[in-house]
Amino acid sequence: MRRAEIITAALMAGLSLYLMFKSMELPIGWIPGEGPGGGFWPFWLAACMFGSTVWIAINWFRRSSPPSQSEEPYLDSYAMKMFILVGGGVTGMIALVEIIGMHLAAAVFLIYYIRFLGGHSWKVTLGIALPTPVITFLFFDIALRKFLPTGLMDPLYIPLYDIFL
Amino acid sequence: MELLGLLSDGFLVAFEPLNLGLIVLGVVVGLFVGAMPGLGSVNGVAILLPMTFLVPPASAIMFLAALYYGAMYGGAISSIMLGIPGASTAVATTFDGRPLAMQGEADKALIAAALASFAGGTISVILFTLFAPPLASVALDFGDPEIFALMILAFATFVGLSGDDIAKTIFSICIGMVMSAIGFDIISGEPRLVLFDLIGFQSKINFLVLAIGIYGIGEMMWTIEVSRGETMMSKATITWERTMSNLKIIWGTWKAWLMGSGLGFFVGILPAAGATPGSLMAYGVAKMTSKDPSRFGKGAVEGVVAPEAANNAASTGSMLPMLTLGIPGSPTTAVLLGGMVIWGLQPGPRLFVTETDFVWGLIASLYAANLFAVIINIAFIPLFLWFLRTPFTILAPLIFVLSMVGGYASTERMFDVWLMLILGVGGYLMRKLDYPVAPAVLAIVLGPIAEPALRQSLLISGGDAMVFFNRPIAGPITIIALVLLFLPAIQFVWRKYVRGAKQTAG
Repeated sequence: MRRAEIITAALMAGLSLYLMFKSMELPIGWIPGEGPGGGFWPFWLAACMFGSTVWIAINWFRRSSPPSQSEEPYLDSYAMKMFILVGGGVTGMIALVEIIGMHLAAAVFLIYYIRFLGGHSWKVTLGIALPTPVITFLFFDIALRKFLPTGLMDPLYIPLYDIFL
Repeated sequence: MELLGLLSDGFLVAFEPLNLGLIVLGVVVGLFVGAMPGLGSVNGVAILLPMTFLVPPASAIMFLAALYYGAMYGGAISSIMLGIPGASTAVATTFDGRPLAMQGEADKALIAAALASFAGGTISVILFTLFAPPLASVALDFGDPEIFALMILAFATFVGLSGDDIAKTIFSICIGMVMSAIGFDIISGEPRLVLFDLIGFQSKINFLVLAIGIYGIGEMMWTIEVSRGETMMSKATITWERTMSNLKIIWGTWKAWLMGSGLGFFVGILPAAGATPGSLMAYGVAKMTSKDPSRFGKGAVEGVVAPEAANNAASTGSMLPMLTLGIPGSPTTAVLLGGMVIWGLQPGPRLFVTETDFVWGLIASLYAANLFAVIINIAFIPLFLWFLRTPFTILAPLIFVLSMVGGYASTERMFDVWLMLILGVGGYLMRKLDYPVAPAVLAIVLGPIAEPALRQSLLISGGDAMVFFNRPIAGPITIIALVLLFLPAIQFVWRKYVRGAKQTAG
């Protein structure tokens, strides 16, 4: 945990400096007749972020914050396993949206999670995974007219739109 | 009398069939959301907000406010039955609710929680009705310096009162504000902070992307890690005779729920405080003022009613600054406020003038939601207990799917779905290191209000920051904000030097 604390603080300090640098693309000082420039607000906020990371680093050095005193692992074996399986699964689901569309990606993800991570029966898995895309389609695409991405499956949806819209 | 007239008009709006149906639905969904460990009102409101685009804005916000209320009731169910708080707001309920359940008196704890929630909710809505109009009429005179001073006050409460790591709280506030500045300069319209020159950053980051990322994806990952799939459900025996005798015992605790209601309401008004510290404080005061404090922690009914009355009262209290000043009193109201902006309702005192029907309809809906919540809660306790048995390995993936779909529906950009994932995972990893996430969500909502207020104020004053000190309303607000900002430093100096010197002298 202690090492993660200082690494995170360093990364956030880097991000703060980058944000300060990007803010300077617009004037950060006073413009006569206009007041503070467009970069003023984010620049000083990013400067405060940077100041906070320095403060966090000082606390780390003095071991005065709980994570800087902790010798426990940042992610233990269970947390790491779940992080990879769950985080990876969600990332995979979003990546699949580009290929098979959001409705089908959701169904694939539900099968992956409920059946393979959760260890539930196929009956339970399919009982949830199959109606979900139907419900999301009817609610979002039809009722709300918010068309969710269909990916390469677009031709399959055209007849459905013809029926419902 | 005018107040009663406005309120009765509000009831006419709230009791329109669509609104009434949505209030009941909101309460039911809220009860389930609140009862599920790891899910609280803010998760429910953030994830379900995109689903409300189907109905008119006023109906949508009534639904979400009812959900907020229901979740406050629901949080107690898992605190008592599983020993795991359904939401952080119900942490204090576990202290005595769980021991009661372990002693075979789960029904007493559940009914006490529901009735105390009703008392807290009702008392706080009455206080809300009385306080909101005068506060809004004062706030109508606010100019840019006053608005910015209020923003500073909102964030100062996080630094001074939240109890989180101060450096990390400031970091969280600032990163939320910077995120709200991405896209373009709101005054000149020029592109600003187009990070890594990605096209997706050429427009504003919708607050829902952060809210769903943090409270949908991040929170689920956190719960999966913390719960490790281990829960132990208690049994509840509910009979008519037991219920009647329990009611007598609960009525005897009136001092505790009355105190919890008042305390919760006023703590709820403060942006950083809200329902969680409100309920913990109410528990502490109930214990402190009890004739026999040793019963607390072992199944004292007062230990259930005080925090439950307080967390419901705080949820109403947090809506007071949201509606009257345009400043959310809690993360949930921050999301609600963001939703109001999406729906074209500009939060703040002018709402009381321009959208009278909406404001009073919402206030009336709180009365109705409170009544439905207590009825549904008590009537369907067995159903909630059955629902609590739903394995997390079924609930979690459904929430991930809802987060993804809801995140896309709110902006219709895949870029935002990816950003939501990054912010959610990032939020989870930062939370493990004690970075508070709520200030960032509040900041992304308040940033677009705070920035123009600051720049306009400085423009009016010719760059003189004294504009925040020498105006009759802005001045005291700024000074209170500065005191709160420096409160931890003052406390540190007090503890280290003043008390140290006294001890040495003694």
